[in-house]
Amino acid sequence: MILEYKEKKDTRSGFGAGLTQLGESHPQVVALCADLIGSLKMGDFQKKYPERFFQVGIAEANMMGIAAGLSISGKIPYTGTFANFSTGRVYDQIRQSIAYSHKNVKICASHAGLTLGEDGATHQILEDIGMMKMLPGMTVINPCDYNQTKAATLAIADFYGPVYLRFGRPVIPVFTPENQIFEIGKAWKIKEGKDVTIFATGHLVWQALIAEEVLAAQGIDAEIINIHTIKPLDEEAVLASIRKTGCVVTAEEHNRIGGLGDSIAQVIVGNQLVPQEYIAVNDSFGESGKAEDLMKKYGLDAMTIVEKAKKVLQRKHYE
Amino acid sequence: MKLEELEDLATQVRRDVLRMVHHCQSGHPGASLGCADFFVALFFSKLKHNPKFSMEGKGEDLFFLSNGHISPVWYSVLARAGYFDLGELSTFRRLNSRLQGHPSTHEGLPGVRVASGSLGQGISVGIGAALGKRLDQDPQRVIVLTGDGELQEGQNWEAAMFAAHHKVDNLLVFVDYNGQQIDGPTKEVMDNGDLSAKFKAFGWEVLEAEGNDMEKVCEGIESAFAALGNGKPVLVLLHTEMGFGVDFMVGTHKWHGIAPNDEQLEKALAQLNSTLQDY
Repeated sequence: MILEYKEKKDTRSGFGAGLTQLGESHPQVVALCADLIGSLKMGDFQKKYPERFFQVGIAEANMMGIAAGLSISGKIPYTGTFANFSTGRVYDQIRQSIAYSHKNVKICASHAGLTLGEDGATHQILEDIGMMKMLPGMTVINPCDYNQTKAATLAIADFYGPVYLRFGRPVIPVFTPENQIFEIGKAWKIKEGKDVTIFATGHLVWQALIAEEVLAAQGIDAEIINIHTIKPLDEEAVLASIRKTGCVVTAEEHNRIGGLGDSIAQVIVGNQLVPQEYIAVNDSFGESGKAEDLMKKYGLDAMTIVEKAKKVLQRKHYE
Repeated sequence: MKLEELEDLATQVRRDVLRMVHHCQSGHPGASLGCADFFVALFFSKLKHNPKFSMEGKGEDLFFLSNGHISPVWYSVLARAGYFDLGELSTFRRLNSRLQGHPSTHEGLPGVRVASGSLGQGISVGIGAALGKRLDQDPQRVIVLTGDGELQEGQNWEAAMFAAHHKVDNLLVFVDYNGQQIDGPTKEVMDNGDLSAKFKAFGWEVLEAEGNDMEKVCEGIESAFAALGNGKPVLVLLHTEMGFGVDFMVGTHKWHGIAPNDEQLEKALAQLNSTLQDY
């Protein structure tokens, strides 16, 4: 029943819708974009609140600095560009002017991961979660569908501090409730289970739900937890699930090094040793291709989750 | 404050700078000495600011130091202006201090609104703060000090383009135009070329000012303030000498980031008559 959905939408449109809503409810919210208004779905905000929108051109470093400066007067700046240019290109600007300076800037990053597709590796990024998560004081959020992205966009306005909000390009099923309350730092248990825990984030949550059905048909009862906030990680929820099921699969559209899998592994190493398998890109760059084909080629699909779930179950019984 | 008082204060600030850097045997005395007159004129005569510091600084002029390595001169001036206790200067660059080697908001030092040290980011931040003032209809100004060597960082030119395009005319940038950087004279390391022509070509109003003559520094800041509000951001090439005030430090990059030893400190302080009281 979890797999029901009425429509498919892109998560970036959830961001655009949330931002426009904030324009009305939060006069302190301002938006900046580096020549990607259409891609980031920031056009409605720009039209309705032109005095609070700043086109910075193709100059991401400057955008991050201006955002930091705007936050000084109590504004809540939302920056928008592709995830690659939101992180790697401007890591030092984020580090010094935003994170170390503890500025209330929301770094909103579209086209994260592999599924930007045909543009290829220069426009994809699989290291961004790791980079942002390593910055002290940075909150890292990777919502799973349109509704959750919109809810997250709204929620971070009322939260003081730097936030990295990551979303994507492809249209995917909208399966979480409309007008949901987004709790930063709280894991969301979508389905209770006893045999294996699948921790998934972003686009991979839907794949985890498909995998759950396949596993159920084979008599395996999987618990599905949506980790929309990778930092701070809901360790309590992670531990409770690990202790119950005794084995773990993590699933993310990111390099296996430095992403959600490593965050979960740290909890495991520090508390309860259980077998873990990663669903992630195995330390490589992406390539051009259709989003779905890329997901298959790099093993970011439901069938790989099923396979890895069986593997950890075996290890659990063996170990 | 009278001219002589400002001059005395600048001498005292130079003493502070040397003693701070000597005390921890680390830091950047050269450009700190060169900018002492500017900082004193700004904070004790020209800037509308409140030592009872608030981060937002509504109704105040906001100052940002982009070339964060000259933190000693800024810390000295902030302390002497009443932002924090003068005695705290002795903690500069030491463990558990709020006076980090490069300015930081992290430890909550009053007066500092953003961290700096990694160069080239200050003008961008200043633009953001200026846009914030514009949105709040706050008529006060935003002032940024940047180094000339620092202008080699590309982000400055992104910022220069933006500020002119968006007519950020409550933004005033001073360039510490001393012609020196760590590895040598700027002309040899990476020539900036004609900075005045470059910024003018980007759409800025460009002025020049003498940076080591208190009367002229004050005039320069006044002219710059007067140039604001005309649809263009304003840049001032502030002609200073690295190490100004100490004969063996002046005009060379060699004292960019070197601390004086005991003997050198004594020699330097002897050239800077104590006017007020050392911390």
